[in-house]
Amino acid sequence: MATEILMPALSPTMEEGTLAKWLVREGDTVSAGDVIAEIETDKATMEFEAVDEGTMGKILVAEGSEGVKVNTPIAVLVEEGEDVPEDAGQDAGQAATESSAPAPATQNGPEGKVAPPATAADAPAPDTSPDWPEGTAMSKQTVREALNAAMAEEMRRDERVFLMGEEVAEYQGAYKITQGLLDEFGARRVVDTPITEHGFAGIGVGAAFGGLRPIVEFMTFNFAMQAMDQIINSAAKTLYMSGGQMGCPIVFRGPNGAAARVAAQHSQCYAAWYSHIPGLKVVMPYGAADAKGLLKSAIRDPNPVIFLENEILYGRSFEVPDLDDFTIPFGKAKVWREGSDVTLVSFGIGMSYALEAAEKLAEDGIEAEVIDLRTLRPMDTDAILASVRKTNRLVTVEEGFPQSSVGNYITSVVMEHAFDWLDAPVINLTGKDVPMPYAANLEKLALVTTDEVIEAVRKVTYR
Amino acid sequence: MAARRTTKKPNVSKEELLGYYRDMLLIRRFEEKAGQLYGMGLIGGFCHLYIGQEAVVVGLEAAAKEGDKRVTSYRDHGHMLACGMDPGGVMAELTGREGGYSKGKGGSMHMFSREKHFYGGHGIVGAQVPIGAGLAFADKYLGNDNVTFTYFGDGAANQGQVYETYNMAMLWSLPVVFVIENNKYAMGTSVQRATKSPSLWERGAAYGIAGEEVDGMDVLAVKAAGEKAVAHCRAGKGPYILEVMTYRYRGHSMSDPAKYRTRDEVQKMREERDAIEHVRELLLQGKHATEDELKGIDKDIKAVVNDAAEFSKESPEPAVEELWTDIYTDSVPQTEDA
Repeated sequence: MATEILMPALSPTMEEGTLAKWLVREGDTVSAGDVIAEIETDKATMEFEAVDEGTMGKILVAEGSEGVKVNTPIAVLVEEGEDVPEDAGQDAGQAATESSAPAPATQNGPEGKVAPPATAADAPAPDTSPDWPEGTAMSKQTVREALNAAMAEEMRRDERVFLMGEEVAEYQGAYKITQGLLDEFGARRVVDTPITEHGFAGIGVGAAFGGLRPIVEFMTFNFAMQAMDQIINSAAKTLYMSGGQMGCPIVFRGPNGAAARVAAQHSQCYAAWYSHIPGLKVVMPYGAADAKGLLKSAIRDPNPVIFLENEILYGRSFEVPDLDDFTIPFGKAKVWREGSDVTLVSFGIGMSYALEAAEKLAEDGIEAEVIDLRTLRPMDTDAILASVRKTNRLVTVEEGFPQSSVGNYITSVVMEHAFDWLDAPVINLTGKDVPMPYAANLEKLALVTTDEVIEAVRKVTYR
Repeated sequence: MAARRTTKKPNVSKEELLGYYRDMLLIRRFEEKAGQLYGMGLIGGFCHLYIGQEAVVVGLEAAAKEGDKRVTSYRDHGHMLACGMDPGGVMAELTGREGGYSKGKGGSMHMFSREKHFYGGHGIVGAQVPIGAGLAFADKYLGNDNVTFTYFGDGAANQGQVYETYNMAMLWSLPVVFVIENNKYAMGTSVQRATKSPSLWERGAAYGIAGEEVDGMDVLAVKAAGEKAVAHCRAGKGPYILEVMTYRYRGHSMSDPAKYRTRDEVQKMREERDAIEHVRELLLQGKHATEDELKGIDKDIKAVVNDAAEFSKESPEPAVEELWTDIYTDSVPQTEDA
């Protein structure tokens, strides 16, 4: 049977090309793999090999022809003794459109799902249920103790949970978050790694694929830039790329953002970076109860979770419920302080400036509502929108850099869904647009401050 | 250690030999068909063919047992077929259809099968190496005797994370076979233009990892080396490196004009060292099969590949709703041993 040889696509972007040269003539015998022509693509001149064997019956497109569309019949291959069919090549023009894949679907779904999915509802309906039953006994605990307890409880609960990182075992943790875990769980489950972030992040991802529940500690998230490819390309994207077959249940955790006097390479906040990525969940707690309840949720979550801690907060004490097992769900913000004049939205250490500013503003009769996002992805935008409908003013507070900040995203959501409720432009307070300086006075200037929060609130309330 | 090629009277049954022939031929015909579908515009983007390297995966699969895992780079079609994944499912992923292994959302470079313990299909050069060690970490943690075959090319062998992984794999005695598929070219850069190291497997010595060079155009040599490596891992001695010397006949990807090597070089490999021809000779010379029997196998394989191609054309494009699924999951599908 005669076979048409079609103009091939020889690169991802090729639509047409030049048939530079025929290397066979009519009547020649060809085998699969023989180079039969040279074709110039948009990138290079390529050799074109025969796929089938047979005799070159007829050359339909002469060498030197330019602009030959992909899938146009360029020659006819016949079997021994066979004649070239009369109609060979007559549908040359049609072939290109007919033989390609079915027409591509529209870019957006039928509902045009391009807007942020969580914020579409007209009336925001935030979950305002209490995190634990009223009347629960509370006791003081540092963020450090809370994080440590969360890991210990989850490791007791699930044998598949293990911890790996630099100095997590014998040294008892560079910041003592993992203190005592080696003694209780042994070296099989609390694993000291060499200083090799890219490598052990990838080993963690593989272990998660293989059925374990790794907690990977980065001594600080500044060092996780070495591991960024494994976190984004391997951990976050594999579920999607596998059509849902391969989950990656892993927690990457460690201190993030500025500590004190450690300068530019050890002071960066990665909240905006990670919250950019579909496939990751991003958590950034402020108080100890949230640190504990959210870390326990993170370890149980079947998706990759980025858990951003803060060195300065490690030693701070907060009330933590005396419960054997409590978790805080992702995507649920916490209102630390109710108010009617302005909404302050923050997360992580930014909360300490927001809360301090709110106290001072109250002395002047300005009542700020202070919202702690707790998780950045998924983000409780309903809580923000509900509050903005009440206060009509919004200031966001974070330590990261200003361009493409978390506050910028919040602003876009508020513009789109609460524009008519705004009485003043939104202000995004961030760290300054400079690498973190070492000098004590300059470092102070580079960070966001309580005074800046107060000033911003006065600006949006015109008071 | 010099590369070796099995000489006369291989210690292998007729059935085994015929099986290798069939498996290698399936990969070759499948890849030829994929190249054809690419030319027709049915497959898009990057498409890296495995033609020429068939003996590597077929030989190593012959050394594997149920439960062993494998992970590789983006030149992954051969690995999937060799571990028993369905040719139709693989081809339909290449065409970006619903019936593909990743529902059309992964493409040529990103496919997975928990059932066959195939963990991808990774598009970033070298990224699969720590992942492979992590799979082995999980098996050791869980206390089974599975081994993970972690494949990467001579190009990936220059990535830093490979050596981070060597260090930890040996430190923790992980049961992982590192398979360097040395096909002599990292895209267009020959091994000699990328390193002064006389051999790639010997770099493992810096971490105390044993290894050897293997003739990757001889499926029996690959199998023998694979069995040795697997035994080493299962005995708890930690990782093992196989540098398998092989050759890809086609370009790096479909859009590679291959000007960095001569046509003669490729032709010489095809004519003198072809792995499929080698097994064919063993079968015929040993009178294990007649020309007619082999023709029958060729015909069967052609039918399987044609069916796969048909399925990959008929399977519909994924539903538009699929754009928004599989970003997060409520539960992790687990392997039976987890």
